[in-house]
Amino acid sequence: MTGAPRILPCGDCAISVDFGNVIDVDVNDRVRRLDVALAGAGVPGLVETVPTYRALMVHFNPLTTDYEALCRIILDLAAQTGGGGEARRRWRVPVVYGGDFGIDLEDMAAFSGLSVPDFIEAHAAPVYTVMMIGFLPGFSYLGGLDPQLQRPRRDVPRLKVPASSISIGGAQTAIGSIECPSGWHLIGRTPAIPFLRGRDPVFLFDAGDEICLRPMAISDWDRLAARAAEGDAVVERIA
Amino acid sequence: MSHLVIEQCGPGTTLQDIGREGWRRFGISTAGAMDRLSLAVANVLVGNPAGTAAIELTLAGGRLRAEGGSVLIAAAGPGVTLSVAGREIPEGQSVVLEDGAVAQVSPVRGGVYGYVAVAGGFDLEAEMGSLSAHVRSGVGGALLQPGARLAFAGGGAERPLAIRPLPVPEQGPIRVMAGPQQDWFTEGAMARLTATEWTVSQRSDRMGRFLEGAEVAPNEGSMVSDGVLPGSIQVPPAGQPIILMRDCQTTGGYPKPATVISADLDRLAQIPAGARLRLVQVDREEALAARAAAERVLSGLVAEPVAMTPDTSLLLRENLISGVWYPGED
Repeated sequence: MTGAPRILPCGDCAISVDFGNVIDVDVNDRVRRLDVALAGAGVPGLVETVPTYRALMVHFNPLTTDYEALCRIILDLAAQTGGGGEARRRWRVPVVYGGDFGIDLEDMAAFSGLSVPDFIEAHAAPVYTVMMIGFLPGFSYLGGLDPQLQRPRRDVPRLKVPASSISIGGAQTAIGSIECPSGWHLIGRTPAIPFLRGRDPVFLFDAGDEICLRPMAISDWDRLAARAAEGDAVVERIA
Repeated sequence: MSHLVIEQCGPGTTLQDIGREGWRRFGISTAGAMDRLSLAVANVLVGNPAGTAAIELTLAGGRLRAEGGSVLIAAAGPGVTLSVAGREIPEGQSVVLEDGAVAQVSPVRGGVYGYVAVAGGFDLEAEMGSLSAHVRSGVGGALLQPGARLAFAGGGAERPLAIRPLPVPEQGPIRVMAGPQQDWFTEGAMARLTATEWTVSQRSDRMGRFLEGAEVAPNEGSMVSDGVLPGSIQVPPAGQPIILMRDCQTTGGYPKPATVISADLDRLAQIPAGARLRLVQVDREEALAARAAAERVLSGLVAEPVAMTPDTSLLLRENLISGVWYPGED
């Protein structure tokens, strides 16, 4: 996992800098470090980057970019071991588990062979990493799920799941954003709104952020949800 | 305040400019006009910068009315024309829509997407740097419905302009570059990708063009998501390719044998469901040359004041250009 990344062409306007076909914290960290380093390199023609689980997508203007130079810079930056290691942002995110807020929780606990309280404890224990934001605006894929909580996606996706759902799909868990179709198992919801137009910032999380989920009481939902709708982040930055 | 009122329109009507960049890391699609060249033609015809937001029509035409002021308007796209007060305006020409007058926009007879631009553009608030509607997420706005009133700011040109001749889209197969995941496909599957005469499926929309005609399934295995962009050809396990278009997501988990080059996205968008197309592989150098040529066409668009005589009008009608994308083979 320490070799040079592969540069995969994605047409004439993008390359995928690929660190390996795995969901892995170290691989994802290399993606993040390259992203930070490339942002500071001031490469002419660079449009934007999209960090994903295992690769950094680099979008560029083909008419103003020296393609060979771009590839060289990227490989040089990826070879440097230092840099990009500054502290990550860490967020505490309140979650109501189960009931109407996570209709699959009991079923998921049973599938894992755990009691509901033990399942919640296991899900809320890790410090997760936002490995990728994609699918929809602000939809955050988290790395670090306890393997005993994994479960393949539903055979039949639901056409609509609520905004801000906390869900599990295979080896992944996620904080949803807007209402959407999904085949993932719903275990909870956060009153926080990861993507809210008109708020500064519009997005609460970025790739590379760390997430601590904190179970909260249903009785606090209305109060926090109302605050969130007014533009309060509701999440707390703890590092 | 002056408005362009949509009295009637088809179900796929939105506002589009050249899309939004810089937000893809947060899952925000670029969206933007499916056919940027036609968007540019409509805009240049009313004196606007080429990437100004315009109404994008899908297949169906519509009916528009000026309210509170007159405005220069233009339509563009394969086979799209305007009629005002019973007079059909030739392709490649703008027309003044007087206060209270109605413009009938024809269906997109030679393709899929048509554009209607107004001089000075629409006076609406951009979201994340763009007026383009990404309907699935609601970013930039929703579908336009009959009854919608779009404020226009004024400015731009005031007298009718014409572009002669209109640019003719490139012809021949849609060009692709191999990758990023050609190593997930057998040599046979890669060969079928460019040897097959594909049919564009009815399922196609602003997110993707679904192709039918052969099976090019990836090798077995689980691929971890990486980035995608308009032009990415993704292949789900069943083996039917989907070419992602302007409204596509920012990441995806299906292997991608090849990517359509940026210069060919406009004409790909105009190939209607049921029509056939071929793909041909090119290298980076050819893709760059094609993109540079496309940019020259775009920046070379010049509109001249209309000084029409009946004779030239007739001549131009004879010369109507429709989107020919793949001549010569049945």
